Amino acid sequence: MPLFPDQASTFAPHVDALYLFLVCLTAFFSLLIGTLVVVFAIKYRRRAENEVPDLVHESGLLEMTWTVIPFLITMVLFVWSSWVYFRITRPPREAMDVYVTGKQWMWKLQHANGRMEMNELHVPVGRAVRLTMASEDVIHSFYIPAFRFKRDVVPGRFATAWFEATRPGRYHLFCAQYCGTRHSNMIGWVHVLTPADYQAWLSGGVLGESLASAGAKRFVENACNTCHAEKPGARGPSLNAIFGKVQRLQGGQTVVVDEAYLRESIVNPQAKLVEGYPSIMPTYQGLISEEGLLQLVAYVKSLSPAPAAPPVAAPAPPAPGERKAATK
Amino acid sequence: MSSAVVGALPVEPRQHYLNVRYGVGSWLLTVDHKRIAILYLIGVTFFFAIGGVFAALIRMELLTPPGDLFLSETYNRLFTTHGVMMVFFFMIPAIPSVLGNFLIPMMIGAKDLAFPRINLLSWYLYMIGGLIALWALIHGGVDTGWTFYTPYSTVYSNGWVVVTAVGIFLAGFSSILTGLNFLVTIHTMRAPGMTWRRLPLFVWAHYATSIIQLLGTPVIAITLLLVGAERLFHLGIFDPRQGGDPVLFQHLFWFYSHPAVYIMILPAMGVISELVTGMSRKPVFGYKFIAGSSLAIAVLSFLVWGHHMFVSGQSVYAGLVFSILSFLVAIPSAIKVFNWTATLYKGSVSYQTPMLYALGFIGLFTIGGLTGLFLASLGLDIHVHDTYFIIAHFHYIMVGGTIMGYLGGLHYWWPKISGKLYPEAWARVSAWVIFLGFNLTFFPQFILGYLGMPRRYHAYPAEFQVLNVMSTAGASILGIGYMIPLVYFFWSMRYGKTAPANPWGATGLEWQTPSPPPTENFPVTPVVTREPYDYLTKEEPAVG
Amino acid sequence: MAEAHAAAPHAADPRLQHHFADLAAQKEASTLGMWAFLVTEVLFFGGMFAAYVVYRALFTRAFEGASNLLDIRLGAFNTAVLILSSLTMAIAVRAASQGRKNLIILFLVLTIVLGSTFLGVKVEEYRQKFEHHEVPGPHFVVPEGLPRQAEIFFSLYFCMTGLHALHMIIGVGLLTWLIVKARKGAFTGSYNSPVEMVGLYWHFVDIIWIFLFPLLYLLGRHAP
Repeated sequence: MPLFPDQASTFAPHVDALYLFLVCLTAFFSLLIGTLVVVFAIKYRRRAENEVPDLVHESGLLEMTWTVIPFLITMVLFVWSSWVYFRITRPPREAMDVYVTGKQWMWKLQHANGRMEMNELHVPVGRAVRLTMASEDVIHSFYIPAFRFKRDVVPGRFATAWFEATRPGRYHLFCAQYCGTRHSNMIGWVHVLTPADYQAWLSGGVLGESLASAGAKRFVENACNTCHAEKPGARGPSLNAIFGKVQRLQGGQTVVVDEAYLRESIVNPQAKLVEGYPSIMPTYQGLISEEGLLQLVAYVKSLSPAPAAPPVAAPAPPAPGERKAATK
Repeated sequence: MSSAVVGALPVEPRQHYLNVRYGVGSWLLTVDHKRIAILYLIGVTFFFAIGGVFAALIRMELLTPPGDLFLSETYNRLFTTHGVMMVFFFMIPAIPSVLGNFLIPMMIGAKDLAFPRINLLSWYLYMIGGLIALWALIHGGVDTGWTFYTPYSTVYSNGWVVVTAVGIFLAGFSSILTGLNFLVTIHTMRAPGMTWRRLPLFVWAHYATSIIQLLGTPVIAITLLLVGAERLFHLGIFDPRQGGDPVLFQHLFWFYSHPAVYIMILPAMGVISELVTGMSRKPVFGYKFIAGSSLAIAVLSFLVWGHHMFVSGQSVYAGLVFSILSFLVAIPSAIKVFNWTATLYKGSVSYQTPMLYALGFIGLFTIGGLTGLFLASLGLDIHVHDTYFIIAHFHYIMVGGTIMGYLGGLHYWWPKISGKLYPEAWARVSAWVIFLGFNLTFFPQFILGYLGMPRRYHAYPAEFQVLNVMSTAGASILGIGYMIPLVYFFWSMRYGKTAPANPWGATGLEWQTPSPPPTENFPVTPVVTREPYDYLTKEEPAVG
Repeated sequence: MAEAHAAAPHAADPRLQHHFADLAAQKEASTLGMWAFLVTEVLFFGGMFAAYVVYRALFTRAFEGASNLLDIRLGAFNTAVLILSSLTMAIAVRAASQGRKNLIILFLVLTIVLGSTFLGVKVEEYRQKFEHHEVPGPHFVVPEGLPRQAEIFFSLYFCMTGLHALHMIIGVGLLTWLIVKARKGAFTGSYNSPVEMVGLYWHFVDIIWIFLFPLLYLLGRHAP
């Protein structure tokens, strides 16, 4: 009978260290209070029916002590847990993309090269994997206990989160947000393979059209190219090489072009208008499925140079202009 | 104000609030806060039983890994109903509407609450709301979880969402009116000499609770109305297909539902304060700090709702703010635990049942509260959110905390309420059975949660079975533990020994009047001259 | 604070409820109670105001455009009507404090008339929305030139003004009850708190409208 989950990601040990500290803290204070209560209850038990105990004076010092010490402990916990949280929520730039669609009651996953899988996720060990997730219907949640990874997938927006697996093996995948009748069946497996095995796996199996090329087709079908025509005087801003860049908006603000910004620009273009362009883009809210939106976003991403994937031994920053086709 | 000699007053006067008038009409149209408390006692016991039956069914299904006892559809309705019944129709009203209603006027030396007819209206709203929810249950129930997350609840669910929402809405209105009644009563109807600094801590706790009831409940009321409107009229407020935001629903829902958990625990803490001092005949250590902590909890409780949404996609900075505030809200509770423990020091500790429940509360609430720190920790919450760890955490507080407080209070004041003594031996046995059964039920769930077992799961991987079996075994013991008091409380009404006015030798105005009290509580309005919990100054009672 | 009772009973005022020491305590309690209740109403409407603020920030153009489709003349007229009704209500309260029965009844009636006028105008506005297919739901037609999220504006419009109108209807009911009591001579210089309490409620409902009107009707008027 297992009592503790596997540690199979880079941040699992950090989460577990925090957990263990909290377990010890809980055990310590519970035992302290429990012991004091039992000892006092026995030592000061009522011996005569009508006895009335003497006065015990209040102590401001004691009150201060047991206010300040818990406060300090909680502040230490806050700082530590926030540090762990930052590690979890900041994906490295050089991450391998996988696109996930959740719908009642299954997970559809697609690797950037087009390899598709259902309710299973194959990833290489030692490589950062960034999941961009969308829901077709209700809120789901992608949960891999062994990685200490969880992210709610809310319809109407993209959810982006990352992990890096550290041990080959097979690990549970659960949907962790109640989503209807077969919520407990929306489960699967995450397979962590050695890099060689992963490459072999990647080129086999059902190779659907890559998301980017499906997105390219949609781009034309929805007449996006009539305004985003990539020529001088075009009615819409250029989409070449914008991913990851800073975009200037009307009103002087700026925004970093990421998946969420691209999705928003399709369904609610008036929210952030690019400087120097008229606000004429129609909204595609409700007209394109979540999967279609993932494809379009993947397509626009493919128009920008991908950050170089680090070699397994030591990560090196990509030289400017260098373009390693690691994820296409 | 106190009598050091137990039972100085004559027993059971000829006329009191129970026998002053007979007949169903005299109960259903009563405006006596004590009778309304009894009406609530019947109501909350009824809905607790329903919620308990569904808990039993859930635990039975979870004995085995596959979902083989119920269809998924059915199971989803089981846990939803368990949650709805327990949260809205038991936990929120139980202590305030039963014990609070009965005791607050007596503890402050008043004849009744400020608005007796509104008190009765509160009961009717509660019962009608509960019966409406019951109607929905009988006709198939709801399957959204008690949290009603959108768009599942507004677009996809095929259960009786709107009807159930109406039932909860009415219960919420009842809660608002009760809070309003308590607030005004405590402000304006204290007897002469009953200053704020002399108020029993039970009253302070309910004052803080009333603030939360008044400010928080309207928000869930409007949220339920919007959910109903979206479902019935296809408005797009939370539906992403029309541009709506499901996370907005979560913000609005948790803005109430987090403070709601403090509506559930603060009254229990008030009970514990009374039990600990009454059963050890010592003033509460740190009276001002406990009173102040109650207010601090009420205020801080409104600032932490985002900790239910750490993985929903709110910004990192929002997460940090809610995390630090969630850590801070734990501190006043810790202060209370230390002060209760210190109260026992050099006291005269009785082992009678109310004290057993109080001691159990202190231990279990400590564990439950400390596991809250796990959840306030951002990095850790990501892993345990929506797992059995959360379920274990809130059951430790709600069942190990509030229900133990409720039972302890019920035993403590039973002589006053009924004029009878419950059988002490049986009561101690059931307190132990409940304590042991509870721990066996919920402690394994902490382990299950960290292993990764998600909540609301009908079927689960085989390696989780042993812990689930332990939990179900505990639940059966716990269920038996709850049934024993039900039996002997009824038994005591007919066969119990007659209770004196002050069986515990405690301080407090409620003990200065006969058991059961006359309808007007005090023949002459008391005048308060002594500090609270003053066991040492010997003086004649203020009331003859 | 209530004084301790002497043994000799005073002539019990029939309007004094038995659990209060005297009329002053009773009035203090009912006043605090009404204010506490109004605070809960602020939170009640507040949930919808919060939703409105969030969506207005997300879909500014849709909201501004949809706001311009509301009839500002009817809205402004209704605002004036409601403010006037608060005046008549205040006069009724003052008359009650002076025990002037005919004046009380006159101004309560005027308040009801004004309140009903408000409601009548709202009925007309709603009717126009039905005609123009601006009611959210299956028959909604996205107004010309506006983004689809305009439907959310109308959803909030109907929910917020609908809830407000419901409160007005309850208010009219309360006023009617007051008139019935006033005709029996219930309100004197020493006992008039029901009129005052209903007055507080009525002013509150007015204030909600004072917030609703600019948020819903005036939002996009600055835009071209």
